[in-house]
Amino acid sequence: MSRFFTQEHEWIEVDGEVATVGITEYAAGQLGDIVFVDVPADGRELTKGDDAAVVESVKAASDVYTPASGVVIEGNAALTDNPALVNEDPEGGGWFFKLTLRDDSELGELMDEEKYAAYVARL
Amino acid sequence: MSVNQSGWRPEMGDASQAAQTTFTGNRALMLEEALIFEIGSNETTGVDIDEAPKVASRLGSHARKGAIGLPGLSEPEAVRHYTRLSRQNYAIDLGLFPLGSCTMKHNPRLNERMARLPGFADLHPLGPVDTVQGALEVIHQLAHWLVTLTNMDSVAMSPKAGAHGELCGILAIKAALEKRGEGHRKVILVPESAHGTNPATAAFAGFTVKDIPATADGRVDTQALKDRLGPDVAGVMITNPNTCGLFERDLKEISDAVHAAGGYVYCDGANFNAIVGRVRPGDLGVDAMHINLHKTFSTPHGGGGPGSGPVVFSKALTPFAPLPFVEQQDGKFVLVEEETAGEHHADSFGRMVAFHGQMGMFTRALSYILSHGADGLKQVSEDAVLNANYILRSLDDTLDAPFGRSGPCMHEALFSDSNLAEGFSTLDVAKGLIDEGYHPMTVYFPLVVHGAMLVEPTETESKAALDQFIGALKSVGERAKAGDPALKSAPHFAPRRRLDETLAARKPVLAWKESVAPVAEAAE
Amino acid sequence: MRYLPLTPTDRADMLSVIGADSIDALFVDVPEAARLDGPVPGLPNHASELAVERHLSALAAKNVAAGSVPFFLGCGAYRHHVPASVDHLIQRGEYLTAYTPYQPEIAQGTLQMLFEFQSQVARLLGCDVANASMYDGSTACWEAVTMARRVTRKAKAVFSGGVHPHYVSVAKTMAKFTGDVLATSLPELSAASDDDAIIAAIDGDTSCVVVQYPDILGRIPDLQRIADAAHAVKALLIAVVTEPVALGAIEAPGNLGADIVVGEGQSIGVGLQFGGPYVGLFACSEKLVRQMPGRLCGETVDAEGKRGFVLTLSTREQHIRREKATSNICTNSGLCALAFSIHLTLLGEKGLRQLAEVNHAKACAAADRLAQVPGVELVNDSFFNEFTLKLPTEARPVVRELADRGVLAGVSLGRLYPNDAGLANGLVVAVTETVTEEDIEALATALTEVLA
Repeated sequence: MSRFFTQEHEWIEVDGEVATVGITEYAAGQLGDIVFVDVPADGRELTKGDDAAVVESVKAASDVYTPASGVVIEGNAALTDNPALVNEDPEGGGWFFKLTLRDDSELGELMDEEKYAAYVARL
Repeated sequence: MSVNQSGWRPEMGDASQAAQTTFTGNRALMLEEALIFEIGSNETTGVDIDEAPKVASRLGSHARKGAIGLPGLSEPEAVRHYTRLSRQNYAIDLGLFPLGSCTMKHNPRLNERMARLPGFADLHPLGPVDTVQGALEVIHQLAHWLVTLTNMDSVAMSPKAGAHGELCGILAIKAALEKRGEGHRKVILVPESAHGTNPATAAFAGFTVKDIPATADGRVDTQALKDRLGPDVAGVMITNPNTCGLFERDLKEISDAVHAAGGYVYCDGANFNAIVGRVRPGDLGVDAMHINLHKTFSTPHGGGGPGSGPVVFSKALTPFAPLPFVEQQDGKFVLVEEETAGEHHADSFGRMVAFHGQMGMFTRALSYILSHGADGLKQVSEDAVLNANYILRSLDDTLDAPFGRSGPCMHEALFSDSNLAEGFSTLDVAKGLIDEGYHPMTVYFPLVVHGAMLVEPTETESKAALDQFIGALKSVGERAKAGDPALKSAPHFAPRRRLDETLAARKPVLAWKESVAPVAEAAE
Repeated sequence: MRYLPLTPTDRADMLSVIGADSIDALFVDVPEAARLDGPVPGLPNHASELAVERHLSALAAKNVAAGSVPFFLGCGAYRHHVPASVDHLIQRGEYLTAYTPYQPEIAQGTLQMLFEFQSQVARLLGCDVANASMYDGSTACWEAVTMARRVTRKAKAVFSGGVHPHYVSVAKTMAKFTGDVLATSLPELSAASDDDAIIAAIDGDTSCVVVQYPDILGRIPDLQRIADAAHAVKALLIAVVTEPVALGAIEAPGNLGADIVVGEGQSIGVGLQFGGPYVGLFACSEKLVRQMPGRLCGETVDAEGKRGFVLTLSTREQHIRREKATSNICTNSGLCALAFSIHLTLLGEKGLRQLAEVNHAKACAAADRLAQVPGVELVNDSFFNEFTLKLPTEARPVVRELADRGVLAGVSLGRLYPNDAGLANGLVVAVTETVTEEDIEALATALTEVLA
């Protein structure tokens, strides 16, 4: 398994054909207390960069872009009742959705953990 | 002698003793008040209604079954309930209300009296026109003065508020483009510093929004705007004076460039108070601008409305203005509605609202304009700008004024959070001001400045009132710079401490329900 | 100038603090060509309170106030008696001169009032939640159509012919720009509302069905039937209520399957005011709340655990979401919502039901009396406090002639539908608790004379 990051602070973890997407700890911290998450429906076809999910704090709303193209197979239902999971465990239980990848060559354009850490350090 | 038979002997007591909590939760004049659902009942009413004549019902099968669940209060209980609630509100009548971009000026009570004359207040909008001539004349007169003050060609009176006025202007632009066969122009340019309503309005009307950056001195980047113009651009929405409190010096140049590129210029008139009686938007190439009667022309904000947002139009957009409007024909006032629009207003984009707009606000605004007159209105903008600059220069050694070197401000002064102590924010300054007895300024807007604090004093403040406010903001600002921890938990003296907005959004309770335990318990 | 506190000395002192030598120096960024040298041309100088009062009183005197004559106008704006305490309370400066409650610690008065208002409106309309108000009924109606589009991801709205023509007109204006498809029709002078025709017009592309209840002619449609037909194709039912007092007597739309209920709240607490400001009501089921436009007030606690109220779910709104907001609405009708809420609190369930009963009873009496006027027919099978008469001639000139005789008889359908000959003889008559037996007799007599 390997994990990649975008400049918009999404992470994507790839396990074979299936990938899991969420937002980074840095992003969750910047948003503050998350109060609402809207995850994509199963079967939705996404192209890299599409608005895939919405994450809201009290005074901000942000779109979450998909880091790679594919078909959604599951949204994280736990976030509907407990959006705070994104604050508590952004890079684990607070994942947003899973998709089957269409083209894993897209992942090559993303940052690895080390590069992302350096990127965030400069912000 | 009789020695103090009653035993009444005043004492000062020991003021150093800590305050006790009270049985009622009240703190003397600070009174708690329960909800009507907790104090009222379905059997109580505060209105005596005459007996109904006995008739056979014509409701068919539609009669209501079951209780509605509406509690009633007797008149004394109702008057007390709403009076007690009112005392938990800050208001202009209580003190300076420096909300930037909101123009919280004094609301003259003459205007209230005029709006309540039965000839205006007790008048049906569909009454035969011969029976409403005075009302139509009020609309006509106010329209005339709005056109005169802006040097524009016409005015649409029906929009219900500022954002509704924006929609009116944007729809007129769209109608004009379609008439020219250029409906393919889908882009509206909006500066980053714009009010949120601007992009929301453009999107609501089906346009795509493109941001235009600001320059380092807080104005629209004219070159960037010009570079973005092209055959896909329908127009720009620009606020002048802008939300950084600065006059857009290049507006005429921008207007000329937009017109040359085939677009139109919408001006957000929220800040018209800075220039009323002194500068006319019509002289700056503007095609449409809404005027918030509840800002510049003093109609009350009422805790969030009603507003009123007439839109003035240039000659180019006038044919597309919405219905209805009032015209004078042969000495009589007539309402031009759908029926007669075809004759000489065939290009009108249509109706935006039932009836004719915010008549109650028109009466108040006309009363305001006539009270001030030409000399008074000029003094209004001059004093508004003077007061804002006085605040800017009195505080720019305490708080960071990001555009303080960009010249004088207009009617509002902008500060940032950049020199506050680590961990201290604009929010803390705002909450500290509450304890000083003020409503805070506009915070976190405009978005182009981090931790923005936008202060608009208006012209109806005396110098003494300004001096006290400056002293208060200086004091709070210094505490925020020094990192006073007490500021982090302010306000301490308001009817409520900081409220948990996260809880409210995560578990929304938007209506009273008998069965639900109070949130306070659920949260524990 | 009575509204301007600064003295010449103040101004001079302040300029010296600023470091400017004149007021003109503060306007240096305004290009010379755009500066007015003198006062605005044509506008007289300032005037005393007395002078302004004279001017406006003279204009008011040119109007025929509803309370001064027998009065029967409705069609979306109704004359009801508003208790004296309502106007007294809304003029308290703490309500009148407050802003939108963005600083909740010092706006609990407005916020609690809004929470109570939302709760009252939700119950009256039979829905889970209501917002803190819209501009008016017509704009609330259009907002509901756009909300149905967002919820169903379909864009065809079917309007009943019984929806107020101004509301339909507003929707048509907006739909021209947004691309929504509207199926609209005109009402007919028939005893029953157009329920069958609406149901026939619903198809798989339909996002919503918009039905006024009671309708523009005063008839009461069968909402449950229409709701069932709409829901069968996953369309929403939007019910429009222009006379909320009716809901003291007839079933709430939300209890009859309506998904969104919008309305004009003017008839409770607000007064006629020649058409505005009014107060738009907007309510829906809980599951649709995130697609709702407008401000919402919610309950929460403060840092000490005390109950309090805040504006919430703000991320739907323009000041945060900007071009992705559910609506561009910002200012609502706060003070009118307060008037509505106070009036409804004074009435309570008991008073509202009595008020509705009196309205209905007087309307029944008036309908029976007016139907006796030679040549006049009552159109409606069912009605609440408003019904339609079919006159033997065009109603519009009759209304004008009756106005000349000092009777404001109602709204002619020719005024609302000027190009439809089939409706020209229709006269819509509203009868509220403010109408007396003498008023009804005056109308009947005058109508008999004019038609003779």
